Amino acid sequence: MSSRDIILGRVRRALGEAPRGDAPESYETAVDREYRREHGARTTEETVDLLAENLADYRAIVHRTDPEELPHLIMRLLNERWPDTVLVPPGLPPEWMSAADPPRIHDRAVSTAAELDRSGAVVTGCAVAIAETGTIVLDGSPDQGRRRITLIPDHHICVVRVPDQVVSSVPQALERLDPTRPLTWISGPSATSDIELDRVEGVHGPRTLEVVLVSGG
Amino acid sequence: MSGSTFVGMPAFPKAAHEAVGNTTLRANLRHATHTIRDKRAKAVAELDDWALLREAGKQIKDHTLRHLDTYLVQLEEAVTAAGGVVHWAADADEANRIVTRLVKETGESEVVKVKSMATQEIGLNEALEAEGIHAYETDLAELIVQLGHDRPSHILVPAIHRNRGEIRDIFAKEMGAWGRPAPEGLTDTPAELAEAARLHLREKFLRAKVGISGANFMVAETGTLVVVESEGNGRMCLTLPETLISVVGIEKIVPTWRDLEVFLQTLPRSSTAERMNPYTSMWTGTSDAETADGPRAFHLVLLDNGRTDTLADEVGRQALRCIRCSACLNVCPVYERAGGHAYGSVYPGPIGAILSPQLRGTASEIDASLPYASSLCGACYEVCPVAIDIPEVLVHLRERIVQGGPATRHGNRVVLKPAKGHAAERAAMRAAGWAFTHPGALRAGQRVASRTRRFHPRTLPGPGRAWSATRDLPLVPAEPFRDWWQRTHGDKESGK
Repeated sequence: MSSRDIILGRVRRALGEAPRGDAPESYETAVDREYRREHGARTTEETVDLLAENLADYRAIVHRTDPEELPHLIMRLLNERWPDTVLVPPGLPPEWMSAADPPRIHDRAVSTAAELDRSGAVVTGCAVAIAETGTIVLDGSPDQGRRRITLIPDHHICVVRVPDQVVSSVPQALERLDPTRPLTWISGPSATSDIELDRVEGVHGPRTLEVVLVSGG
Repeated sequence: MSGSTFVGMPAFPKAAHEAVGNTTLRANLRHATHTIRDKRAKAVAELDDWALLREAGKQIKDHTLRHLDTYLVQLEEAVTAAGGVVHWAADADEANRIVTRLVKETGESEVVKVKSMATQEIGLNEALEAEGIHAYETDLAELIVQLGHDRPSHILVPAIHRNRGEIRDIFAKEMGAWGRPAPEGLTDTPAELAEAARLHLREKFLRAKVGISGANFMVAETGTLVVVESEGNGRMCLTLPETLISVVGIEKIVPTWRDLEVFLQTLPRSSTAERMNPYTSMWTGTSDAETADGPRAFHLVLLDNGRTDTLADEVGRQALRCIRCSACLNVCPVYERAGGHAYGSVYPGPIGAILSPQLRGTASEIDASLPYASSLCGACYEVCPVAIDIPEVLVHLRERIVQGGPATRHGNRVVLKPAKGHAAERAAMRAAGWAFTHPGALRAGQRVASRTRRFHPRTLPGPGRAWSATRDLPLVPAEPFRDWWQRTHGDKESGK
């Protein structure tokens, strides 16, 4: 007998022959989902403010701008830290980088992780941002690229279109996301509290997370 | 559970007695548990529907457990359809054999690991080492534990028993033997220590071909796995290697994608007291060739190792709802003083006291002692985000240990004998049972006890010594209650 059969047999014996109450087919009604879809009543503007506040609370650096100023802001943010090269996903809107000087590297299948490690910064878009938790979610779309490009460089600049890409809560974010895509939820920069519970930013992921909220346009 | 790291562990009372004498440990633990518990209360208070989320979490998990066979098969189909390979492991040895074989098939002799309770439970690192495969822990706390030849003492912050000076010494002394040495003149500031770990581990991440993880959740409907973490080491292990092997307990299933909306709200706030942990990674099978985002080969090892035995116990089954947030550790007065090591199990604290004896059985001295490692104050039940009634299960397990009774071990129904060492307790209970059915004898006995109270010893002799060594004996009142009632109310009673 295979271990699969053994384990499934044990489960069935453990649960017994007696009726198990609600059937899996009726799962929709098996759980009381009276909890909230979002917490508190906010205008769209207030939701964006809350996102900015919660991102900053977890030590992301938040900027607000409009489409016209965006290229200049990105240029300034990159120049401040002088990375030699910048990683960009293949589908990043070209105008975002139109004012920036550093050579751009596109993540290619043949690029090794060690090669990508030479890049100091990465610029991406996002799939959705969650105000209540201060979270940005990447789903590997062309303007976000593969998961490794937002992981290896030390500086991640993420552009969020507000208010379109902003939701209030975790339940609202899940509704918008496709589970078949590789998803990365990011709430502030990498952090650890393992040493006497003192929070230290930047253990393995990017030590600096800058989120640019772009409104209008 | 192989439990290889805890062989020879003394029973809880002895281990706890020794731990309580370690003042550094007690100071570290007190600071840690009080800090997290205060922050957690604030994070939870932000959600005014916490009670509803907790109830929904409980219902989702209970429903899943009631139909675990259905959801396991559904999950297997979904993972397979997404390009993953599903393996089933009835116990720790089988899981270790499967993982070892899968690593060997890649031709690699080292792996990077995401912190995972399941792989600790089965002693995977030791099993791999025995086959010449080096497993590198990449969570900072796990790294501290591994380099220090130590054991984890907390589910969430495994090196919480170490202070910064000890960590500096471990890094300076041990890092060189495992790879990149610690920088010269390393100080004990947390930022410098974290930087040393970053440099030490990055070379391993960038060359690793095989990653090993657990998972916080598996979605039956979609075949999606979820790992929540803070440092980014998890993202490294889940993203960069060509092969990913995830070892996950069969109870970690949720039925639908939507169910994550409950647990992604309750888990971070309960564990690290954050609105959301810095990183959450979700993946479904392998990515297609076009995007090639993440490992090209994905293996899921579904682990039983005592879980189906736990499922067979209708009272104890609720322990399988656990989402490993560790909130119960941080509020437990016993954990705060005894520390995690005293529990002799990878699952310490209140949840460990009910989970370990169910997963491993109560044959060993340490497992038989764990249901007593509690004051039954109930704080663990209050904070549990899936409402596991830990005190109820503790009492249930105590009863089984003292009286014996039916249980399931390795899938077979067995009748456990009463445990040794509880003879005095059983005799006392039998005597009490007899006395309560013989009111005359009870009355006489109480009077004798009252009148001799001056001569009662402060500690019990014989088999009672162990009991009174850690407790104050209750004083016998000067007058039995029944006599007092008779004296003060007797006339009224008879006058009616």
